Amino acid sequence: MTNIEQLIDGVLKGDRRSIAKTITFIENNLLESQKTVSLLYPHTGKAHIVGITGPTGSGKSTLIQKLVEELRRRGKTVGVVAVDPSSPFTGGAFLGDRVRMQDLSTDEGVFIRSMATRGSVGALAKATKDAVKVLDASGKDVVVVETVGAGQSEVEIVKVAHTVVVVLAPGLGDDIQAIKAGIMEIGDIFVVNKADRENVNKAMLDIETMLNMNPEREKWKPPVVKTTAITGEGIIELLEKIDQHRKYLEAGAIDTRRRQRVETELVEAIKEKVAESIVDDLKQKGELDELVQKILAKETDPYSAADMLLTKRLKRVKTG
Amino acid sequence: MSSERRIRVVVAKPGLDSHDRGAKIVARAFRDAGMEVIYTGLRQTPEQIAETALQEDVNVIALSILSGAHLALFPKIMELLKQKGLDDVLVFAGGIIPKEDIPHLKKIGIVEVFGPGTRTDTLVKFVLKNVRKRK
Repeated sequence: MTNIEQLIDGVLKGDRRSIAKTITFIENNLLESQKTVSLLYPHTGKAHIVGITGPTGSGKSTLIQKLVEELRRRGKTVGVVAVDPSSPFTGGAFLGDRVRMQDLSTDEGVFIRSMATRGSVGALAKATKDAVKVLDASGKDVVVVETVGAGQSEVEIVKVAHTVVVVLAPGLGDDIQAIKAGIMEIGDIFVVNKADRENVNKAMLDIETMLNMNPEREKWKPPVVKTTAITGEGIIELLEKIDQHRKYLEAGAIDTRRRQRVETELVEAIKEKVAESIVDDLKQKGELDELVQKILAKETDPYSAADMLLTKRLKRVKTG
Repeated sequence: MSSERRIRVVVAKPGLDSHDRGAKIVARAFRDAGMEVIYTGLRQTPEQIAETALQEDVNVIALSILSGAHLALFPKIMELLKQKGLDDVLVFAGGIIPKEDIPHLKKIGIVEVFGPGTRTDTLVKFVLKNVRKRK
């Protein structure tokens, strides 16, 4: 057995060291991790994947701690992937989600992994997706993915998760925030956390009003749940909603989602492979450097250069 | 970005003390040096620290302690790391640790002990020099 096969064997047996090392391997070798993912793939698809997202400070990590505790009381094993941003300047990262999940770290039925975004959104999505696959294949019943704050990365988790929970809190911003596109469109369940604070009903109302105006895309109507994670209030209700959503998916909707997910993954894999092979070839022939010089000299621009390259290559494929 | 082993560090505060200003500054310095820092928060048991190191697959553990319980807690941590097969992780400590205790701590595998007033760039250099390159 090769090293990778041994690792995968350990993952399938639920060995925690093997899980940890496989995720590291995937993070560090995005390009060569393909074989690992291929070996894991047949063993995935059993876990219910729950994405948790929302602005910083809305209480995602504390909420996850309470959710996982409740899942454990029900006998479920859980994997958690917590994503925090890398500094675009140094590449370093401060991963602090475990602070709120301390009590879970010695529970053998729980595996928590912190991940840094390491640059691009695409890279985040890929490494996170593959880490989720590792935890899924290791036999966890539920895998929770926590992502940060803003923008594209949230929309990206939809592609990983079966159920997306958007966590908001009163006082984080007025109703204008609720109109912003993206985050309000990806939630299957909305949570207003910190319900012990002022203005919680106003926040609930803002969200419900926004949701009512959303165009109906499927039969599921996203519910809004009030929680106070720190005391555990509302957690059982949230878990019920997650369960209802899972049942809704299993009744048929999951096939559509699964199809979409596989299609996206395939398209992304194709893009990556094509771009990789073209760029490698250009580098080898020195053409890449040549073009960079031309762009620097303002003789052309990146888009025209890319167009020209592609036309040239496509011709070569047709005639060759 | 591929095939690059980024240095992952756990910064942990074992035992019963509530002062983590120092630990957070050290965490920040490692972050700024391009490392991925997993911060555990206060009042960690040896089991929590060892298990966190395992799940996060780190190559460095930085222990900060001010309570005086290092002789009770550190051997336990080192023992657990060994049990879990993490004996290739670089472990070092900082905080209030009497000089006469340091030889014993080094014997059980704590590679270095830093006291108050240590510059953060000294710590970064120490880690870069001593971290064992793993795949």
